[in-house]
Amino acid sequence: MKKKILSAIMSVALIATTLVGCGSGDSASASSASGDAGSGKLIKVGIINNDPNESGYRTANDADLKKTFTKENGYDAQFAYSLKNDEQIQSAQKYITDGVDYLLLSAADTVGWDTVLKDAQNAGIKVILFDRTIDADPSLYEASIVSDMNKEGDTAVAWLASQGLSEYNIIHIQGVMGTAAQRGRSGALDTKVAAEASWNIVTQQTAEWNAENAQAIVQSVIDAGTPFNVIYAENDDMAKGAVAALDKAGKSHGVGKDVIVMGFDCNKWALEELLAQNWNYDGQCNPFQSSYIDEIIKKLEKGETIAEKTIIMDEKGFDASTITQDDVNNYGI
Amino acid sequence: MQKRKISIKNLASKQIIIPLAALLLLVIFNLINDYTFFSIEWGQNAAGGSILTGSIISILDEASELAILAIGMTLVTAASGGQDISVGAGIAITGSATLKIIFNPNFGEGTAVILAILMAVLAGVICGAFNGVLVSAFKIPPMVATLILFTAGRSIGSWILGGGNDNATNGIFLKIGQYIPGIPIPTTILVTAVVIILFALIFKFTNLKLYMQAVGINSQSSRLNGLNPTMIKFLSFVILGICVGICGVLNTSRIGTINHSSCAKDIEMDAILAVALGGNALSGGKFSVTGAILGAYIIQFLQKTLYKIQVPASALYAFKAVVVIVLVIFSAPVVRESISRNWKKLTSKKSSKEVA
Repeated sequence: MKKKILSAIMSVALIATTLVGCGSGDSASASSASGDAGSGKLIKVGIINNDPNESGYRTANDADLKKTFTKENGYDAQFAYSLKNDEQIQSAQKYITDGVDYLLLSAADTVGWDTVLKDAQNAGIKVILFDRTIDADPSLYEASIVSDMNKEGDTAVAWLASQGLSEYNIIHIQGVMGTAAQRGRSGALDTKVAAEASWNIVTQQTAEWNAENAQAIVQSVIDAGTPFNVIYAENDDMAKGAVAALDKAGKSHGVGKDVIVMGFDCNKWALEELLAQNWNYDGQCNPFQSSYIDEIIKKLEKGETIAEKTIIMDEKGFDASTITQDDVNNYGI
Repeated sequence: MQKRKISIKNLASKQIIIPLAALLLLVIFNLINDYTFFSIEWGQNAAGGSILTGSIISILDEASELAILAIGMTLVTAASGGQDISVGAGIAITGSATLKIIFNPNFGEGTAVILAILMAVLAGVICGAFNGVLVSAFKIPPMVATLILFTAGRSIGSWILGGGNDNATNGIFLKIGQYIPGIPIPTTILVTAVVIILFALIFKFTNLKLYMQAVGINSQSSRLNGLNPTMIKFLSFVILGICVGICGVLNTSRIGTINHSSCAKDIEMDAILAVALGGNALSGGKFSVTGAILGAYIIQFLQKTLYKIQVPASALYAFKAVVVIVLVIFSAPVVRESISRNWKKLTSKKSSKEVA
């Protein structure tokens, strides 16, 4: 019995300390906000994002937002991070209570946002979605800035077609099945392969964005002795894994070599591989939404209306034969 | 007396017979499907050295991390009666520790590799010790205790590396993930072989195995017999930590970079599966490391077979699950005992008939 009581006290203490930990963190950020509010005309924005450690994409996305929404640019920004929808919703409620002017949201999950966004609307807070859309009535938000994964796939496939190979024998390494990026990037290639007689899929398998799995998939094709000349990997990590298998087997890859290597996401190290001509193509998944958001906020402040709610960002595809060091610096994430 | 000895020997060998049968099944399937699966040929790597190539070599190569983890996981399972689910996140940590040293331009290539290996093992030991203290001293169930690192480990890894992800250019380091010039098989296979031999020697010349089994079967009575169960359980986690450290080096040397969110993904589940496939009871006690290692290679063999027969990506895990369910059911100690009991009945009937 004694032990039970002791453990109960311990667990309460544990929970209390974690709560206090969170609480103190929150109050710290709140106090900094109130300090800034004193300086006057700053536009108050509450930004809810996913955890920057999630991926290189997210890290770049967060850094980009932090660079734009500064006091120098006329903003008083607060940031909240979570990969969980309920925590994000809590942050949103806190921002509504704080009375921010704009709520910028990259939602962890597509559902569950109606109530809180209605609260925001009633409080006169304008909501802008970035990176991810949600299942809610479009009247609840001002704009949604997203990547078009289908277009990313189309751009990549069009580039591949422009290489003019007499025969395309493609190893297609897919991401986690069912994700927006996987469906968009796979869809374009599937359509092209179905339409062209000279385009063949040697193997099509999911490596779940994972380099080691991609290496194993390519290795199994090499072991089977099936000829191939294109690797279409749906992200950079998987392309890197595929290249590791090629290196191991002594197959040459890159510009003017036996195997064309294609990746996505434009990680800095991947673009460096392009610059060194070890890879051939890298498709961008643009994490730099802040300039678009900035533009929209400026328009709304002037009282203009946003014509098109869904804004699709420009996304590039880099060719190893034309990429420059500047591209690596500017677009690498 | 003589007869009893034989039956005990039979029982002991039974544990290994299930994974062996599973392996045989996969081998037969592949022989029928395409016998060239087993061909091993001479090829050339990028450096121009001659190397052995073939699916079997690839399986041995790609299962390296899993085989090493399976050893540590078996010990943890045996001593603590639970599993460590943080090994994947642990590899993100130890891999980051490795690359942190490799990316440091102040070290020469050779020094960097030695330091990186030491650093990775140290990081692994720290992770293992953390889990070990929670489990052995605070008596938290292993699954719950290791949930902490499972959740936080990948972020810790990303914090260690400080976002400075890059491509490793250290030639010696990359040879760990590829080939040492003049040796025709992948270095990872050699590393795994060395680790397995080391553990075999430890089990042969120390009482570690006996102690772990005793603690796993009944920690109270092992304490009364003069063992220190807290220490033994802690030790099992530290040993797994060392394994995680080695895996971190192997894993990062293959690709030369790390993605914290996806590296060694779900490897903890495969490692636990390897332990189960080896016929080990997941509730602890008696164990067979050989079975678990075999289990690891079976999992990779299965993966390779699924790639080979080009199972559609969306159905990959369903296929794997079906095979795994069958294998696990047959290797479960309960089923095994009942099979061997029925088998004995059958054979004894036969012999009694013969006598009659």
